[in-house]
Amino acid sequence: MASMRDIKRRKSSVQSTQQITKAMKLVSTVKLQRAKGRAEKSKTYFNCMYETVVSMLSKAGDINHPYLKANNSTKKAVIVITGSRGLAGGYNSNIIKLVRDNEWNKDDLIIYPVGSKGRDTFARLGYEMGEDYSAAIEEPIYADAMTISNQVLDDFATGRVGEIYVVYTGFKNTVTHIPTRLKLLPIKIEDERSNDDKAVLDFEPETEDAIDLIIPKYITSLIYGAMIEAVASENAARMQAMDNATNNADEIISSLSLLYNRARQSAITQELTEIIAGAQAIS
Amino acid sequence: MADKFKLTIVTPDRAFFDEEADMVEFNTTEGEIGVYAGHAPLTVIVKPGILTITQGDNVRNAALHAGFVQILPQEITILAEIIEWPAEIDEARANAARQRAEGRLAERGGNIDVARAEAALMRSIARINAVKMK
Repeated sequence: MASMRDIKRRKSSVQSTQQITKAMKLVSTVKLQRAKGRAEKSKTYFNCMYETVVSMLSKAGDINHPYLKANNSTKKAVIVITGSRGLAGGYNSNIIKLVRDNEWNKDDLIIYPVGSKGRDTFARLGYEMGEDYSAAIEEPIYADAMTISNQVLDDFATGRVGEIYVVYTGFKNTVTHIPTRLKLLPIKIEDERSNDDKAVLDFEPETEDAIDLIIPKYITSLIYGAMIEAVASENAARMQAMDNATNNADEIISSLSLLYNRARQSAITQELTEIIAGAQAIS
Repeated sequence: MADKFKLTIVTPDRAFFDEEADMVEFNTTEGEIGVYAGHAPLTVIVKPGILTITQGDNVRNAALHAGFVQILPQEITILAEIIEWPAEIDEARANAARQRAEGRLAERGGNIDVARAEAALMRSIARINAVKMK
């Protein structure tokens, strides 16, 4: 049986770890509230944007616009949104898994990392890396999304890539987050078409020019939405992971206390036996 | 007096404005337009400029830089990527940005991005004008 001192040392080490996980849990709870608030605020904007784009595309019919059909490049741009820190359960590895375990061929991908965990992993695995936007995930603002979308749209226009995807963790609620793969370009009209009555809008300038101007904004808002949701999911995942860790620490501490008390008791018993045995020997 | 319509201005980060208004004016890719209630349904793209909201005798200005506008007879929704009230604008910074953009355009040549410099110039001018009109 381990000595009393060993058990005591282990217990205090678990206790200080628990303090850390508890503090991290509180911090992510606060951050989650903020991220959730932001996600809700951006929702109005996004919904309006979505409606307009759908009505525009359904009205546009079968027009031949570069944003609506694939170009000749076989390369796929993948914007991978992960966290910059670990200790968030499966948050980062689920995203990485989603990129790796599917029909995509590794050599066809160009990774545009947002978040250093994803960047480091894919660089190590030998993927072709595009521009790095990892700094943006700390505090995503709309301007960051604009920079990213300008870059990928440029690459699409010059034929460096033929398709654009974003892989991020969708935020459904505090306990459900879904790793999601979303295709940004080319937009499939069939998916977006709806029989909405609102689709009676006229466009100024003409529809084709409007597509030129509105689609980049649409892509930007999708990227922004993905970043905001990813931040909310990251904090929710971390909160859960840290909550579990705190609970586990509680369990370990209580079983260690039990062990410690047993060891103490047996030490006392042994001491008593020794004293009594000694006293008997003298008399 | 014309009917009022509902004016909603949203940005990715906040609900900027959500009230009834009599008229709204702004700059589009096709030129400046002013919209009253009962306008034909239309979607237009914004160019940097001043946004003027008229509510009775009350007139408010804001600097609107990018986005697009969905016009329906009783409802106008402005999806603004960037919009600021005059009070939120740093005039000194806008002036500096204007000079920088003008300098870049004056040089031309080289490998400057003319479209970007022009856009920056238009934005800074819109900001400066919005502050002056306050």
